[in-house]
Amino acid sequence: MAEFLQFFFSGLTVGAVYALVALGFTLIYNASDVINFAQGEFVMLGGMSTVFLAAAGMPLPLAAGAAVVVTIAVGLALHRLAIEPAGDASPVTLIMITIGASIFLRGAAEVVFDKRFHSLPPMLGAPPLQIGGAAVLPQSLVVLAGAGIVVVLLWLMIDRTLLGKAVVATAVNRLAARLVGIDTRRIVGLSFAISAAIGAVAGILVTPITLTSYDVGTLLALKGFAAAMLGGIGSALGAVVGALVLGMLEAFSAGYLSSKYKDAIAFLVILAVLLTMPQGLLGKGKVERV
Amino acid sequence: MTILEAERLSIAFGGVQAIDEVSLTIDPGIVFSIIGPNGAGKTTLFNLISGLYTPQDGRVRFDGADVTGLAPYRLARRGLSRTFQNLQIFFRMTVLENAMVGRHRHEGAGLWAELLHLPSVRRCNSETREAARAALARVGLLVNADQPAGTLPYGALRRLEIARALATEPRVLLLDEPAAGCNPVETQALDRVIRSIVNEGVTVVLVEHDMRLVMNISDRIHVLANGRTLTEGTVAEVRTNPAVVEAYLGAHGTSEAAHAVR
Amino acid sequence: MTVSALTAHRLVGLAVIAAIVILLPAFFPSTYYTRVATLVFIFALAVVGLNLLMGFAGQVSLGHAGFVGIGGYSVAIGATHLGIPAWLCIFVGAALSGLIAFLVGRPILRLRGHYLAVATLGFGVLVAIVLTNEAAWTGGPDGMTVPRLTLLTWQVRSANAWYWIATSSFLVGALLALNLNDSPTGRALRAIHDSEVAAAVLGIDVSHQKLAIFAVSAIYASVSGSYLALFNGHITPDVSGFLSSIELVAMVVLGGMGSVTGSLIGAAVLVVLPQTLTALHEYEHMVLGLILMGFMIFLRRGIMPGLATAIAGRRL
Repeated sequence: MAEFLQFFFSGLTVGAVYALVALGFTLIYNASDVINFAQGEFVMLGGMSTVFLAAAGMPLPLAAGAAVVVTIAVGLALHRLAIEPAGDASPVTLIMITIGASIFLRGAAEVVFDKRFHSLPPMLGAPPLQIGGAAVLPQSLVVLAGAGIVVVLLWLMIDRTLLGKAVVATAVNRLAARLVGIDTRRIVGLSFAISAAIGAVAGILVTPITLTSYDVGTLLALKGFAAAMLGGIGSALGAVVGALVLGMLEAFSAGYLSSKYKDAIAFLVILAVLLTMPQGLLGKGKVERV
Repeated sequence: MTILEAERLSIAFGGVQAIDEVSLTIDPGIVFSIIGPNGAGKTTLFNLISGLYTPQDGRVRFDGADVTGLAPYRLARRGLSRTFQNLQIFFRMTVLENAMVGRHRHEGAGLWAELLHLPSVRRCNSETREAARAALARVGLLVNADQPAGTLPYGALRRLEIARALATEPRVLLLDEPAAGCNPVETQALDRVIRSIVNEGVTVVLVEHDMRLVMNISDRIHVLANGRTLTEGTVAEVRTNPAVVEAYLGAHGTSEAAHAVR
Repeated sequence: MTVSALTAHRLVGLAVIAAIVILLPAFFPSTYYTRVATLVFIFALAVVGLNLLMGFAGQVSLGHAGFVGIGGYSVAIGATHLGIPAWLCIFVGAALSGLIAFLVGRPILRLRGHYLAVATLGFGVLVAIVLTNEAAWTGGPDGMTVPRLTLLTWQVRSANAWYWIATSSFLVGALLALNLNDSPTGRALRAIHDSEVAAAVLGIDVSHQKLAIFAVSAIYASVSGSYLALFNGHITPDVSGFLSSIELVAMVVLGGMGSVTGSLIGAAVLVVLPQTLTALHEYEHMVLGLILMGFMIFLRRGIMPGLATAIAGRRL
């Protein structure tokens, strides 16, 4: 039982991180049909920037805040300099652009930061808590709480603010949104900014547990994408559900089967979903009219 | 013996019954037109007959054989060709190459022969080229053969689709709104092309909005409305059918039909 | 274009490359250059294959390096663990890649657009993960050494020998690809690229054609991978990694989708560039990312088609 709980919490924690990445994907995809592979780099930038700013002397909370700002700036730059100029490009072209961006950002991180692993001090102290026989790091709870707060804030924004309505409108029908006076370019830019912020927060929260380095972005992006696909790309709730399921699948298979192939789970999930139910668990199926 | 037959075809999309128990019997060598207002299901019916959609109910018979649900490429190989309402031209290829693709079912080179560019492939290429050129000549596009398809004006592209379909040497040719967006001169040219096709024994099934063309050229007309058959008959019968006149031709359409010369 | 003009076109490009291939070694100051050139042609072979899939048929594969790895490790494992002569392993690898492409391609090629892109990406990464994990066979993340190629009694070691092997293989591969282009299958593939539904109603079995070209392009990648392993004498799972797949795609994009000669240019740029920028070695990834972004945003058709248009003075 203790073992089960151990895997459960670890799956929950990693699932929470994937959820934030997946939410970022979903937000941008909904606003612009772009699958943003640089999403993982936002997470990396959040963690790495905080580490290096703190090392340069900034107090930790300030460093974290600055890191989020930096990442938001990168997200906006990505939109303005790489996505916008591409105009009406095909989905594949757009994916390749974001892949190029993620490689570029990775390369830049290599140069600006370094190639080593870095950590941040845990926020609620280091000693693990005992919950039902499982050793749970307090930071895990921070990650879960943080993810939960982000999801709630996002939901509040989408559901309660006019800006949120504009985002939804843009997602549902961009042309119609423009016709009613919504500046869809700004909205798409906003979605990039918010996704970047979410990613950065995820990165900062999880670094005390998983460490960070210049190349954590790629795998995270792929897993976040798998989670979004599993839940149904385009559905925010699906992104969270898919991410938690993926996190659990990883933790339990690593625990009970083989930890070597833990990373393969996400890709098997991608293939399985694409081939059997491309609309995911919660997505709506699309009918193609000729 | 009928060459194309649809028996009680039905299909629904997400709760909307697009086609409801539609039956058609088409004799060889005639021009069979399907008309009806927008949304009547004409293109859906075409898609059902040409294998793009699989009907939820009903059968399609081609030359006596049950071809319901057969993949489009198999139907094509049996001699059923079609054009598209929203042009599906191969824009990156030249006009000639577009027509050459139409010869696919008559080409038979194997992969190894192609990789090695054996004489059999070279022969196949020239035969295909000749046949394609002939098809282009029939629609008056031979002079544009080497142009990229994307440079052609709209009316010419419609003719290119027909040429491409002709290159397959079909027994039945489905034309989906070939006159859409064409000016009267182009429509007249289309009329001549369709007549020449029929003269060769090809059966033409036409979906069209241009009433003058339809009344001029059709041997039989099938009227579709809301996914169901309203009526079917000769030009004279349909033109004077009060239900058709009232609901679909309207005052304007009736005068157009009256002006068409048989 | 008349028949003779078309033929002339096809052979001219290849003849020019052949001439360059023959003359080039005269300009090499040292074997280092020979080795770099060899690498260019080895990669160019894989790029030609990927071009058949992406440029002609209009599909996308973000996991093609998986087949490169299969080809490379077939040689490594076959020669080291199974005692199969290296040259035979090249064929075994090719057959294996073709088979895997056939099995994997069947379900995957039903997908379109970004779904297909991600599925192929997943495939490539899975291959890399398996290669990394099955250390007993593959030597794990650090890879394994690959025995030298031995043809009859001759141990192929010298840079020069590999130069001729790589260049002649590329020329053969390019010739086959150009032949394919000027054939019913070539036209069918290009038709599929522009409109699958129109291709289908013209009698083309679209799934079959896609699968066939997927397998062919996998075989090209596999042979390239086998050569890479034998040439370097060593192989690691990175050869199948995500980054390697993206580099291959970048080479296709750079040179021009659908251009066989462009494949060579794309490979040349992306192999030579890191070599020339040794001082700026750490910026390698940044440059790759910039190239990919830049070309996909501004020069989607790549270098060759743009150049060809400029030279021919024709609007394409």
